[in-house]
Amino acid sequence: MVYFFTYKEAIFIIALSVFLGIEVISHVPSVLHTPLMSGANAISGVIIIGGIILVGHSDASRLSLELVLGILAIIFATLNVVGGFVVTDRMLEMFKKKKK
Amino acid sequence: MDQVIGNLNGVDFTLGGTLLELSYLLAALFFVYGLKLLSHPETARKGNFYAAIGMFLAIITTILLHKNAQGVGIPLVNVWIILAALGVGSVVGWIIALRIKMTAMPQLVSFYNATGGAASALVALLEFPNADMNNTGSVLVTILGLIIGSIAFSGSMIAYGKLDGKVGDIFSGMMKYVNIFLLLVVVAISVFIMTSGQTPEQLNWAIYLLLAVSLVYGVMFVMPIGGADMPVVISLLNSLSGVAAMMAGFIYNNQAMILGGILVGAAGTILTILMCNAMNRSLLNVIIGSFGVGGASANKDQVGDMKEITMSDASILLSYSKSVVIVPGYGLAVAQAQHACHELDVILSGKGVNVRYAIHPVAGRMPGHMNVLLAEADVPYNQLFEMESINPDMPHTDVVMVIGANDVVNPAAITDPGSPIAGMPIINAHLAKNIIVMKRGRGKGYAGIENELFFDAKTRLLFGDAKNTLQNLVNEIKSL
Repeated sequence: MVYFFTYKEAIFIIALSVFLGIEVISHVPSVLHTPLMSGANAISGVIIIGGIILVGHSDASRLSLELVLGILAIIFATLNVVGGFVVTDRMLEMFKKKKK
Repeated sequence: MDQVIGNLNGVDFTLGGTLLELSYLLAALFFVYGLKLLSHPETARKGNFYAAIGMFLAIITTILLHKNAQGVGIPLVNVWIILAALGVGSVVGWIIALRIKMTAMPQLVSFYNATGGAASALVALLEFPNADMNNTGSVLVTILGLIIGSIAFSGSMIAYGKLDGKVGDIFSGMMKYVNIFLLLVVVAISVFIMTSGQTPEQLNWAIYLLLAVSLVYGVMFVMPIGGADMPVVISLLNSLSGVAAMMAGFIYNNQAMILGGILVGAAGTILTILMCNAMNRSLLNVIIGSFGVGGASANKDQVGDMKEITMSDASILLSYSKSVVIVPGYGLAVAQAQHACHELDVILSGKGVNVRYAIHPVAGRMPGHMNVLLAEADVPYNQLFEMESINPDMPHTDVVMVIGANDVVNPAAITDPGSPIAGMPIINAHLAKNIIVMKRGRGKGYAGIENELFFDAKTRLLFGDAKNTLQNLVNEIKSL
């Protein structure tokens, strides 16, 4: 119970966002399953913000393990974000072409 | 300038900080709205674009406005390093995305999912030394981010390898117990880290051990799952990478990360459930992988002989039909026969045949994969029908052409309650007047059971690679 009150805010956010997520995405036609998945996948690359904060405040004057891993995290997350959005757009463009 | 807004009610906030928080809120709203649009065919492309704008906004404002606990912004040197890393990732990601073949889409999504998971795991790993050990919540989210991110990473890499044919399936009864054991080890290490009362430096070994065990668990968990279950696994891993991002969001108390992560987690979960329903199996059943072992009635003898049909007979049958339904499956995707298939459909439509496609929800290797492949081959999407909408038309259909699909048209799902696939929704191909099945060989489907449909009196088979067979069929019809 103590934990519930300590993390009340977080629990509220999770509960409401899960509900929101389900409401927004349910009833997706199967045509869009793949693009939805790859688009959502790109959004999960939002972890990039964490990478930027990490590298942003680490000591850049010397090469530390922390710096290298942080840079790696940014590169990985960027791959996820840019690749994900671009490939989703490519797929959706294909669908669009068909409609004419 | 920064203190313009000042200290109201004792809460210390600055103009830059406020702008940053607002931009995260805006980014989160862009994500929600983008996903909303992404779930409707007409607006999908715009939705993807909006989500990308949200991401761009969050990245830019973080670089420009973020300040650490001491109120120091990101130094210029670090900004250059960040921009360089962003540049490398963007260029490589962009090139891969433009070059990838549509048949390889499941591999690509798995690969990007792996990179997202890896980034979450790395961020959690690097943030662990800064965790406040007295704050249970903050330690918990860091550990969970590490565990889930690692599993999403190694699991997605294995899924990628499997889809690309580099990694085989390993089925073993032992696997189940090994996995449960690994999971217990993960929980044990986590509990130890949270309750030991030691400093992060002292716990360094434990956190790296946790990373290693989680990575191994990800490998072992995806290893036994394969074939037709891939759509479920990919959806599940997708949802895990979202949850990992959410956990990392809690480390920074960052609303854009939290909301973005949850949305992805929810999208992945919904697709996982849809895929499980489409196969009438529980998630647990897929993960444990007890499929294909065979129930009591699974191995019953053949009901008759498979009857082949010649190319010319098949071409005549198709050309003089009123309505033809094509049921594409995994085999069509593997043979990359989508273009040949569209050629056949165009030539038949030209002869006044009503050609439609019946798409089973788990056709292909990831959710919706078949739709993407057919769209790539220029099949108009008003010709694509979902299972529920085309099944009532089956009895009036002259010819059903099953191309590289098996279990999704197996009538045993309806007629044989003892079958491993009993209750799985199927496309009612067996109700059509004639059935032509294109198959590579006489083998069984993924579920390892015989398909009565192939022995049906109305069924004729065309053996061979789907692409070659379709091309021969097109030539035959042209020469009629």
